[in-house]
Amino acid sequence: MTLLEVSALETCYGASQALFGVELAVGEGEVVALMGRNGMGKTTTIRSVCNLTPPRAGTIRFAGREITRLSPHRIARCGVGLVPEGRRCFANLTVEENMRAAARPGRWTLEAVHDLFPQLAERRRQYAGTLSGGEQQMLAIGRALTTNPRLLILDEATEGLAPLVRREIWAALRRLKELGQSILVVDKTLKELMPVADRCIILEKGRTVWQGRPADLGEDIQDRYLGV
Amino acid sequence: MQIDLLIEQVLNGVQFGVMLFLMAAGLTLIFGVMGLINLAHGSLYMVGAFACAAVAAATGSFWLGLVASLAAAAAAGAIVEVVVVRRLYKRDHLDQVLATFALILIFSEGTRWLFGSSPLYLNIPGALSGAVSLPGDLDYSLYRLFIIIVGMAVAAGLYFLIAHTRLGMRIRAGESDREMIAALGVDITTLYTLVFALGAALAGLAGAMVGALQSVQVGMGEPVLILAFVVVVIGGIGSIKGALIGAVLVGVIDTLGRFLLPAALHLFLPASQAASIGGSIASMLIYVFMALVLVVRPQGLFSANA
Repeated sequence: MTLLEVSALETCYGASQALFGVELAVGEGEVVALMGRNGMGKTTTIRSVCNLTPPRAGTIRFAGREITRLSPHRIARCGVGLVPEGRRCFANLTVEENMRAAARPGRWTLEAVHDLFPQLAERRRQYAGTLSGGEQQMLAIGRALTTNPRLLILDEATEGLAPLVRREIWAALRRLKELGQSILVVDKTLKELMPVADRCIILEKGRTVWQGRPADLGEDIQDRYLGV
Repeated sequence: MQIDLLIEQVLNGVQFGVMLFLMAAGLTLIFGVMGLINLAHGSLYMVGAFACAAVAAATGSFWLGLVASLAAAAAAGAIVEVVVVRRLYKRDHLDQVLATFALILIFSEGTRWLFGSSPLYLNIPGALSGAVSLPGDLDYSLYRLFIIIVGMAVAAGLYFLIAHTRLGMRIRAGESDREMIAALGVDITTLYTLVFALGAALAGLAGAMVGALQSVQVGMGEPVLILAFVVVVIGGIGSIKGALIGAVLVGVIDTLGRFLLPAALHLFLPASQAASIGGSIASMLIYVFMALVLVVRPQGLFSANA
C-alpha cells in the first residue's frame, strides 16, 4: 500500500519558486532515497510534505488521506516523524525530555530508543545542547521515533558527522528497515545510501527527473544528476 | 534603629516581590515562549482585582472573589489571545507594543464603563485580618504573610509544572524551537492559548490579592507592569526561577531603599531634605540595579536560552 503520495507539488519561497512538480511515493515498509544536488529542492519537498513551507499547488496524500495544507501538528499526528536538517534538538531540554515532550504511544518507547542508541541512555539527564553532533543526530532520530510515526523522514541525517558516527547512524537505519519501518531519507552519500534504499528518486531544479531501483542507477545518471 | 522595623520592611519587600513575581511569571513565559511583548498584562491584573472586588462585594466572600479573579483573568486572557494576540506572534515588536497598548485603552475604558471611575474597596477577609506573632517578638500583618505564602506556593507549583510535566516540556521546547515542536505533533496554537491564559490568571491573582491592600481602580496595572518588565529583564527572559529571584530582589531593594535612604541621608541633612532626596533616589534604585545586572549579565541572571 502507498503510504505517502506526492503529486505535482509546487512550492515557492516568496516570489521565487523552488518546486515545479515533484512526484514522490513511499510504500509501506519501503525505504526511499530522495537525492539530488544542493539546492535542487530536497529539503523544500520535505518541508512542504510537513507543511512547514506551505505548497502552492499539488496534492499530498498520506495513508489514503489528503493531508495537503493540514497544519504541521496534524500531519505529524497522522504518522509523519520528521528528523530535520540541522537536527534541531531542544537544547534547553534534557535528552529524555526531548524524547518525552512529543511522544505518542507505540512500540518506540524510551527503552526501545535506548536499545537502538545506547549513548542516549547514558546521557539521558544531560541537556541536549551539551551533546556532540553525532549524539544530537541520534537524539533527533530517537525524538521522531518516540512519536511512533508510520513514516520516518530523515533530512541529511549524516551530514558533517565523523565516519564512525555515520556508520552507527546507518546501522540504526538498517535496523529500522528490518523492523519494517517506512523511511524517506535525503542524503548525498551514495555508497552508504544504496544498500539501504529500495528505491531512489532524483530531483533536479524542483522536478522529479528520475525514479528507479538503486541497481538501475548507472554511472551516467549519477554523473548527470548527482555529480559535483 | 529598631531591628523589628527593619525585619518588617524586609518582609514587606518580600511580599511586594512575590506580588511582582506573579506578574512577571506570566510576562516572562509569554515573552519566552511566544516572543510577544504584552503591554496589556497590567490590564489582566486590573481585571483580576475588579473581579475579586465585585464578587466579594456581591457575595460577601473574599475567597469566592479570589476564585473569580482567577477565572475572569484567565478567561479574559484566553479571549484576548484568540481574538487579538494570536495575530501578533509573527509581527515585529513595534506592532505588538502598539496593539497591546490599544488593549490597555480598551480594558481601561471598558472597566470604567462597567464600574465607573471611583475606586472600589476590597476588605481583607476576617480570617486573615490582624497580626501574627513571628519569632523574635515581631508582629506582622497576617494578610501580607498570606500573600508571601500564596506567592511561594504558586512559584513552587509553576516550577513543578515547567520542570516536571509534559506541558512544561512542551512550553520549554516551544521556547527553543516552536516550528520543530509543531512538526512533532504538538498543537502550538492551543499551547499558546494555555500559556497566555495561565499568565493572565497569575496576573489576576496578583491584582486580587493586592486589591485588598490598595484601592481597586482603573490604571492600577500599569505601574506594576513596568516593574514586572524590570523583573523579567533582571531575571532573564523565559526563566521562572529568574522571575522569582528578580522579583524578590526588586521588591526588597525598592522597599528597603525607601525605608533606609531617607534615614541614612538624615545623618547629615535636615529631615525634610533627607526625606525628599532619599525618596527620589530610592525610586531610581531598581533601575540602577537593572543597569548593573545588564552590564554584568546582559542576558539576565537566569536566561532560559543562555
